[in-house]
Amino acid sequence: MNPTRGLAGLLLVLALAGQAIGAPALAKTAGSTADHGRFKELQGPFASGEEVTAACLRCHTEAARQVMATRHWTWDYVNPVTGQRLGKKTMLNSFCIADRSNEAFCNACHVGYGWKDDSFDFTSERNVDCLACHNTGAYAKIPGLAGHPPYVRMEYPPKSGQFVEAVDLAAVAARVGPSSRATCGACHFYGGGGDGVKHGDLDSSLVQPPRALDVHMAAEGANFTCATCHQTEGHRVAGSRVAPTSADPHGPLVRGARSGRNPATCQACHGERPHAEGPGAGLAGSIGSGSRRNDHASTLACQGCHIPAFARGGVPTKMAWDWSTAGTLDSAGKPFVRRDARGHVVFDSKKGDFVLGENVVPDYIWFDGRVEYTLVADRIDPAAIVPINRFGGNRRDPAARIWPVKRFRGKQPYDLEYLTLLVPHTAIPDDTALWFNFDWDKALKAGTAAAGQPFSGKYGFVATEMLWPITHMVAPKEDALACAACHARAGRLRNVAGVYLPGRDAAAWLDRAGFGLAALALLGVFGHGALRLLTRGRRKEEKR
Amino acid sequence: MSERIYIFKRFERFWHWTQALLIIAMLITGFEIHGSWQLVGFERATSAHAVLAWALIVLWLFAIFWHFTTGEWRQYLPTLKNVDAMFRYYVLGIFTGMPHPFRATQLKKHNPLQRLAYLLVKLAIHPLLWLSGLALLYYPLWRDAAAAPPLATVALLHTLGAFMMLVFLIAHVYLATTGHTPLAHIKAMLTGWEEVE
Repeated sequence: MNPTRGLAGLLLVLALAGQAIGAPALAKTAGSTADHGRFKELQGPFASGEEVTAACLRCHTEAARQVMATRHWTWDYVNPVTGQRLGKKTMLNSFCIADRSNEAFCNACHVGYGWKDDSFDFTSERNVDCLACHNTGAYAKIPGLAGHPPYVRMEYPPKSGQFVEAVDLAAVAARVGPSSRATCGACHFYGGGGDGVKHGDLDSSLVQPPRALDVHMAAEGANFTCATCHQTEGHRVAGSRVAPTSADPHGPLVRGARSGRNPATCQACHGERPHAEGPGAGLAGSIGSGSRRNDHASTLACQGCHIPAFARGGVPTKMAWDWSTAGTLDSAGKPFVRRDARGHVVFDSKKGDFVLGENVVPDYIWFDGRVEYTLVADRIDPAAIVPINRFGGNRRDPAARIWPVKRFRGKQPYDLEYLTLLVPHTAIPDDTALWFNFDWDKALKAGTAAAGQPFSGKYGFVATEMLWPITHMVAPKEDALACAACHARAGRLRNVAGVYLPGRDAAAWLDRAGFGLAALALLGVFGHGALRLLTRGRRKEEKR
Repeated sequence: MSERIYIFKRFERFWHWTQALLIIAMLITGFEIHGSWQLVGFERATSAHAVLAWALIVLWLFAIFWHFTTGEWRQYLPTLKNVDAMFRYYVLGIFTGMPHPFRATQLKKHNPLQRLAYLLVKLAIHPLLWLSGLALLYYPLWRDAAAAPPLATVALLHTLGAFMMLVFLIAHVYLATTGHTPLAHIKAMLTGWEEVE
């Protein structure tokens, strides 16, 4: 397999994600009072995305400023709980590792036009990309174009022999509409360089999911969009994996009521006791199974039982990524890819080795919503597995619940002297990027320089781990986990400390003593009975 | 020569056999919840255990009422008199054809060993199981209390009670066959009439 074509395939999937799943019906049927196709301002022609934005802003005067106040724009965020400065701009992960020096590629998923380096103007309203979220099809931003869609038909990737068509901006602008699973998914399903790579519970199977995959977003069911739960106000989107809501011990939100609560939690709609209580509830203790389930809500996240596995839609997610083998070339000195039996890439000279997973049973951990990240300046201990992020929480913490998580394993470059994780330059076609030169020294030198990170020139590869909360792909209730999935000796919660779990936990000494004593009692009565039988004849004789 | 005396009244028999069924069912479902075996599934075992517990509690409320209104509670007043004779009988006499040292009457239904054993059941095993069991049933109500004991401790006490009940059951069922014929006591418990020699 030609590796360039492999990449081209991947990129095309990315690029066409929005187009293939075009939902032209949306623009006309969403109950909008405006048919944007009839607005003179949107007739075009438009030479660039910025021109479309300028047209939008003529009516939606505050829209750009609203967007610019959000993380979708800044990629920069200070977590109020931990004080850590986060955001995609500077954060590290164990997938593509970091954005710095790779902006023109990665920032295809920035909600703006033209962010290719530090010179990007974050104050220009025209740079906001309205269409990324509000297109209803036939619009896609391509990695490498710094957030722009292709304005001319172009061979993509260069020299691949494959072409992407130019976007028809006027046609897209005429059919704008609310965000959809496809528009959000065009970025959030493809994080980490491909479909389903990162999250495990977000991939392209959710664009038109069957009920068994996602009971809320099911196309033939409730047909929720992402924004149905991630309710957006003034372009601020609720819900975040960087600062998640671990517990929401309240009743359902009343429509229209003002509250500081995150509207994307399960409880925001279902409340804290969503199962039918059954007879005698409360007064009779946990006698009904519904009331017993409700009593679990102060210990378990809803997701714990209701998402029995992730990556259930037929799209595998990456469970491990070993960068240390990236740069390995074939005997002819050419890059290559290796695929598994189902055609999924498991090695790529550009990226190293992958382990893929489908229908993955999550790990379960206590989580109180507090996430701390290892950042570029943080010293690491290379002798242990380096946590890219740490989830806080334990049994005694009232905000902590047992959450399902994807536990992702990485192996990535670090500085042998400074003991920091390193930012590699990977994705831009130039003389130093790893994917085009297969030279780690050059890639790390360029990447760390762009990130403003000290680099001794000596590097190794360290095992890392990253946790991802699992919260999407909620299964229909009939597929929720049964009690015994956890209430068993080797059940799903076998590694969760701090709770006594009937069926899992028992005092071994008491079981041995108790059953031992019962066995002795049985032995005793059988022995006694046998003796009675043997001596029966003698007693009868005596009676005579 | 043998005569028949009416020892176990109708309510007493109903109470005994219902309680027997409930306790056996609770042992089966309880040890499934405990993880000792898998028979009906954890969820069904848990629901059944809770319903059986309430059934037993209701039965016991009636039984306590009955014991006090009939004065039958005196049947369980402990005595050490003749306990040694009972022991000797079970260890030796029963094999050599010695006559049973105890003769049941309506005023004294139980032999001295029975009195002690049943008193132990009523004053130790039952309360232990009930208190720990109710605590488990109502766990969500007290789990966040400052002085709450660990759930593991409550569960341990409940399991301890269950093992005591299991051992009692084994001994009790066997000793029921030690009447003057193996089925004499059991028949008496079913019909109320005991044949005494």
